[in-house]
Amino acid sequence: MSLDFNVPSFEVIRNEKKCIQCKVCIHQCSNMVHVYDEEDAVVYSNNNKCVNCHRCVTLCPTEALLIREYPLEFRKNTNWTRQAIKEIYKQAQSGGVLLSSMGTPKTFPIYWDKLLLNASQVTNPSIDPLREPMETKIFIGRKPNKLDFDNEGKLVTVMPPQVELNVPIMFSAMSYGSISKNAHEALARAATELGTCYNTGEGGLNKAFYKYGKNTIVQVASGRFGVHKEYLNAGVAIEIKIGQGAKPGIGGHLPGKKVGEDVSATRMIPIGSDAISPAPHHDIYSIEDLRQLIFSLKETTRYSKPIFVKIAAVHNAAAIASGIARAGADAIVIDGLRGGTGAAPTRIRDNVGIPIELALASIDQRLNEEGIRNSVSLIVAGSIRNSSDIVKAIALGADAVYIGSAALIALGCHMCHSCSTGKCNWGIATQEPFLVKRLNPEIMYKRLVNLITAWNHEIQEMLGGMGINAVDSLRGNRLMLRGIGLNAKELQILGVKHAGE
Amino acid sequence: MLNEGEVRIPSGCAISGIIDRTGCRFNGNDIIKSITLMHERSNGLGGGFAAYGIYPEYKNFYALHIFYDDFNIKTETDKLLFQYFDIAKDEAIPTQRLSTITNQPIIWRYFVVPKTSQLQDKRISDNDFIFNCVMKINKDYNGAYVFSSGKNMGAFKGVGYPEDIGKFYMLETYEAYMWTAHGRFPTNTPGWWGGAHPFTLLDWSVVHNGEISSYDTNRRFVEMSGYICNLQTDTEVITYLFDLLIRKHKLPINKAIQILVAPFWSEIEKLGNTIKNDLKCLRSVYSSALINGPFSIIVGCNNGMIALNDRIKLRPLIAATKGSKVYVSSEESAIRIICNNPEKIWAPKGGEPVIVLLEKEQI
Repeated sequence: MSLDFNVPSFEVIRNEKKCIQCKVCIHQCSNMVHVYDEEDAVVYSNNNKCVNCHRCVTLCPTEALLIREYPLEFRKNTNWTRQAIKEIYKQAQSGGVLLSSMGTPKTFPIYWDKLLLNASQVTNPSIDPLREPMETKIFIGRKPNKLDFDNEGKLVTVMPPQVELNVPIMFSAMSYGSISKNAHEALARAATELGTCYNTGEGGLNKAFYKYGKNTIVQVASGRFGVHKEYLNAGVAIEIKIGQGAKPGIGGHLPGKKVGEDVSATRMIPIGSDAISPAPHHDIYSIEDLRQLIFSLKETTRYSKPIFVKIAAVHNAAAIASGIARAGADAIVIDGLRGGTGAAPTRIRDNVGIPIELALASIDQRLNEEGIRNSVSLIVAGSIRNSSDIVKAIALGADAVYIGSAALIALGCHMCHSCSTGKCNWGIATQEPFLVKRLNPEIMYKRLVNLITAWNHEIQEMLGGMGINAVDSLRGNRLMLRGIGLNAKELQILGVKHAGE
Repeated sequence: MLNEGEVRIPSGCAISGIIDRTGCRFNGNDIIKSITLMHERSNGLGGGFAAYGIYPEYKNFYALHIFYDDFNIKTETDKLLFQYFDIAKDEAIPTQRLSTITNQPIIWRYFVVPKTSQLQDKRISDNDFIFNCVMKINKDYNGAYVFSSGKNMGAFKGVGYPEDIGKFYMLETYEAYMWTAHGRFPTNTPGWWGGAHPFTLLDWSVVHNGEISSYDTNRRFVEMSGYICNLQTDTEVITYLFDLLIRKHKLPINKAIQILVAPFWSEIEKLGNTIKNDLKCLRSVYSSALINGPFSIIVGCNNGMIALNDRIKLRPLIAATKGSKVYVSSEESAIRIICNNPEKIWAPKGGEPVIVLLEKEQI
């Protein structure tokens, strides 16, 4: 306790009977929570420094450790909560903007949990994916309105470039810098084995990873870090990042301490310098400017790669998405309110944007009404937690989803929401070599493969239950959804009936 | 309770079809006999027939068959029809009174061509003009329903067992080179004549046994091209898919089939590069047109007949040939009762179409 008025968030409880003073916890904790007292020959803990990442708990050989919320109670007040009070202490001390990591913890409605799926009974047989083909392959890219064949049956329509995915799941943009090189390698190798894609984020692409190009989406964001011709041609698609669900309307900031030699070379910025992405692209002040960037990128890659445009889900997302489609984008990525981040101002993360489910439903509906839904692909992101979220997203109209947090959790992330400190004990959101090497890409990529394989099998089971044997027939199939506990307006926006209807 | 069109009602069914590929015409007795044998597959809540080549004297006119709830709506609809079309003839469709058929609407037919002035004003083809007109009446004229709109063909349908519907319309008095029939087993009691099969648009007719699980995906896809799914039935959306792919997008029949019941990716991967690439393009561009779920359908048009199963054959479909005739049906018995000793009889595989084209076009 000190004069910054703050009290610890967590309490480390050590079972002295079980503790053998092996010091594993001391070595594992980058936050220096655990300390060995030479004189008394005991290990004790600084509660104040603990972020509850579970590293020590998981590795303690005798299960001697337990972390829990610090039990100190503030006087009950629904308005002035513990969090509200603590944030004021913090800002009064620092004079700075509050920073947070990962997705918002606030209690916004999670519509995935208020949607229920259909299954076949009697009039329509369900299909067993273990016995019958069950297809999850999709193609991301612009589609012509129709195909033309000549009299000999030869295809004459020139097909725009497509990204072929074996599963409707990709790993979303997380830059090298915000996450470690080993984490990137695990994502890249998993994407390659699964036949899907990972996304470089805005931090450029490390030379060592060019070999995974067939499963890479390279991102161009407002800071243009690491962007050059070879980079743009390295992947199968290019994503222009306009916004991010966790921080719509603002840019990004990678602190200089994370910019070591390798990150510096990849981002093409000096070692130790802060990497600041401006809030807007300073060459995009309107939709016609976006069109120019889209076509500059198409020119650079000789029209061989689809261009994605990623926006945060905001109030007017449907009209913006329509504009993006008409500006020439091949795929639109929508990142929802609950999406994750390495670091975002807390107030922005917790208050700006709209839930992905509502944005997706209204965008898909809008594009349908304008008759252009089939010409672009729609990818959604922002707290996809499991396979049923994916099935519901596709039924609402998505072609595919991006997962970020879920992929990191597969790599060991325990959602301690402290990425911005750079001290990730799991070797994910850190550039400290001794931490990075804790994440063994050889082992970890298999966990990602396992996760997606399991999810894909679950998707197949749910499809089969609905009497569908290709994910194509689920897209926009909102009849397969029913709302539960939703009001009439919510049902109308989601375009679904209530359960029982 | 909501009527059909306001709510989606799944149904099981019996289907049957006969075509003489030389274009030689025969009356409706055989098709009635065939569908009657499968009485157990329907429940009296819908039956119908499509017949091709029945109006040779009016073969250049679109034959509009319309159900009216009452004469008021007929008067109103007539105003539109007389404004838009030159009408060679209009009359009540002949029917006979049967104790088993009740609550029949007013059933009228018109032989029409669009007025030249109308076409010039709107700068569209005859077919598109008819298409727009059918969509307009079915959407905006409450109580009027166009259930057949092709040339030299017609649909005859209603609420009842198909054998009674056949008698009711006196189909033995019509001669056609192709007949299709449908007996319906809906899981609800819509009691609405428009909901029976076949569903038709222009010269397309579809009879269908099954419940497609891709309905909403297909619906959203066709609605982007101006189709309005008033009925919320699978058959309606299947008809629109055929019309969109073959008439509007001008795709060859075999390509359209490769979209509607696309080969599995595992099969596509085994093929040569050109055909593999074509199929990848077809499947990715038209992925929302894939028909999923159990179905067998018989599609009629002025060129002939297409019979088709879903990709893993979850509904029955049998085909047979004898002489110049081809038979397709839900059950083998329903073919054998009208065709002794067929030369060939087989069960088409899932996704494998039976396409029978007329030797010379009839129109």
